[in-house]
Amino acid sequence: MKRPFEFIVEKLIFLSGIASIVFVILIFIFLLKEGLSLFAAYNVFSFLLGKNWYPISDPPQFGILPLILGSLLVTFGAIIISVPLGIAAAIYVAEVAPVWLRDVLKSGIELLAAIPSIVLGFIGIVTLAPWLKYLFHLPSGLTALAGSIMLAFMAMPTIVSIIEDSIVSVPKSYKEGSLALGATHWQTIYRVTLPAAASGILAAIMLGIGRVIGETMAVLMITGNAAVIPTSFLQPVRTLTATIAAEMGEAVTGSSHYYALFAIGIILFIISFVINLLADRFLHRELK
Amino acid sequence: MRDTKRAEKIAFIILLIATVLVITPVALIILMVMIRGLPALGLEFIFGMPREGMRAGGIFPAIMGTVYLILGTAVFSIPLGIMAAVYLNEYAGRNRLTRAIEIAIINLAGVPSIVYGLFGLGLFVTFLGFGASILAGSLTLAVMTLPVIITATREALIAVPRSFREVSFSLGASRWQTVRRVVLPNAIPGILTGTILGLSRAAGETAPILFTVAAFYLPRLPQSVFDQAMALPYHIYVLSTQVPNVSIKIQYGTILVLVGMVFILNVVASIIRARFRKRKTW
Repeated sequence: MKRPFEFIVEKLIFLSGIASIVFVILIFIFLLKEGLSLFAAYNVFSFLLGKNWYPISDPPQFGILPLILGSLLVTFGAIIISVPLGIAAAIYVAEVAPVWLRDVLKSGIELLAAIPSIVLGFIGIVTLAPWLKYLFHLPSGLTALAGSIMLAFMAMPTIVSIIEDSIVSVPKSYKEGSLALGATHWQTIYRVTLPAAASGILAAIMLGIGRVIGETMAVLMITGNAAVIPTSFLQPVRTLTATIAAEMGEAVTGSSHYYALFAIGIILFIISFVINLLADRFLHRELK
Repeated sequence: MRDTKRAEKIAFIILLIATVLVITPVALIILMVMIRGLPALGLEFIFGMPREGMRAGGIFPAIMGTVYLILGTAVFSIPLGIMAAVYLNEYAGRNRLTRAIEIAIINLAGVPSIVYGLFGLGLFVTFLGFGASILAGSLTLAVMTLPVIITATREALIAVPRSFREVSFSLGASRWQTVRRVVLPNAIPGILTGTILGLSRAAGETAPILFTVAAFYLPRLPQSVFDQAMALPYHIYVLSTQVPNVSIKIQYGTILVLVGMVFILNVVASIIRARFRKRKTW
């Protein structure tokens, strides 16, 4: 016999438990509700593969190919920079650094995770962009490269902490077995520990990609915002996220421009869904 | 033998260089914000209204806007997040529903912040008719913060030893009584730490509030939860990209105030964590 109060509380707890599912579904429904309205009047293929994003010309063109390529280019650059650096830093923190330094380094990385992206975007504009402009003799430093460097930096806490966790969770007996056979510490790290942590490293890369492709404010401020098909890292680009942030303020509610921005949201939601499921697979494989 | 030793030495030096490359910019950024931001701080800057198109005066409405948003986010996300974690850890069995909830949480944590902005615009601002308001912004940030709070609370609940629950059950306590009197009190420090960290992240977010609450320029305090409000992250965006000729001093001062608020929350969280870890006897 449960008391009525207890009965109500436990019902509330159950409802809170399934709230996460409800929210994921609600997010998807509201993106679809507004986003799909675009395709009543606009062809899906012209949307996905169209080369021109001219949302306010007459007639408007909503081709998001330049935006997709912009996102991919910036993300690719960020991953190329952040993965090797992140793996190296994680190995150093987990295996090599003395204990006192380990704590300092870990706090430093936590500190980086705490800095709001808008602040990093601003710092990028005043420091990184002028350096790149000077270094490569560009008309402006606000380029895909600036975005990649900035995002690589921002993905670092995610990448380093997950790789470090998976290195630390490699069973001690593996390492001891290797050392007992006469291998050096470094040989043990790259022949035994890293392969054993491989699925954690893959998960870290996936979550890093998710972090980078979804980042909005810093890329909006630092990539130069030109919605053209990119051909090099040294030219301005426009990402999917930045387009929504920059244009939603001016889009009239219920206009095709408004619907098109929600349709971009659908694409982003699906990308992040797939990436996170993959990352979760890798993490769970490690646990077994 | 000597070769492998030398290889190890070179490898470790390369690892050290990589680590320095990752960490040094963090220190430089913090230093730069402090050195350039401190001269701007003063009573008028913190408690004054912006003047001359935000090129002079203070940032009080933006500070208060961010405070209101943190409080609003807390009101919605803390009870919901804690109860969801209690469900997952104390009530749910290992079944498909539990797995579905876990996948949903993972995906909520990964949804890009600008997509939360669209969601908030579609559901809270337009569909529910709250308009661009503190209420709509808080709800949007609360949904975004939910996975952080659930995950942190769950970890805190898992850390409470199983034997505590068994003793409580053996004394005839019901599941809810056990949760209420035994599990939650022992998990509070962990819950607090995770919750504060989640809220500090929400405080610094710009993209979710762009279309749900943020006002470009509103030199007064909001009167109700249905009012728009200025907020520090959006104000930084405005000062650095939308308004020409804003002095460096005001830009860095605003950044320092936001970074300072976020760091204070982080420090509070780690103090709570450190204190209770020491006191813990199990």
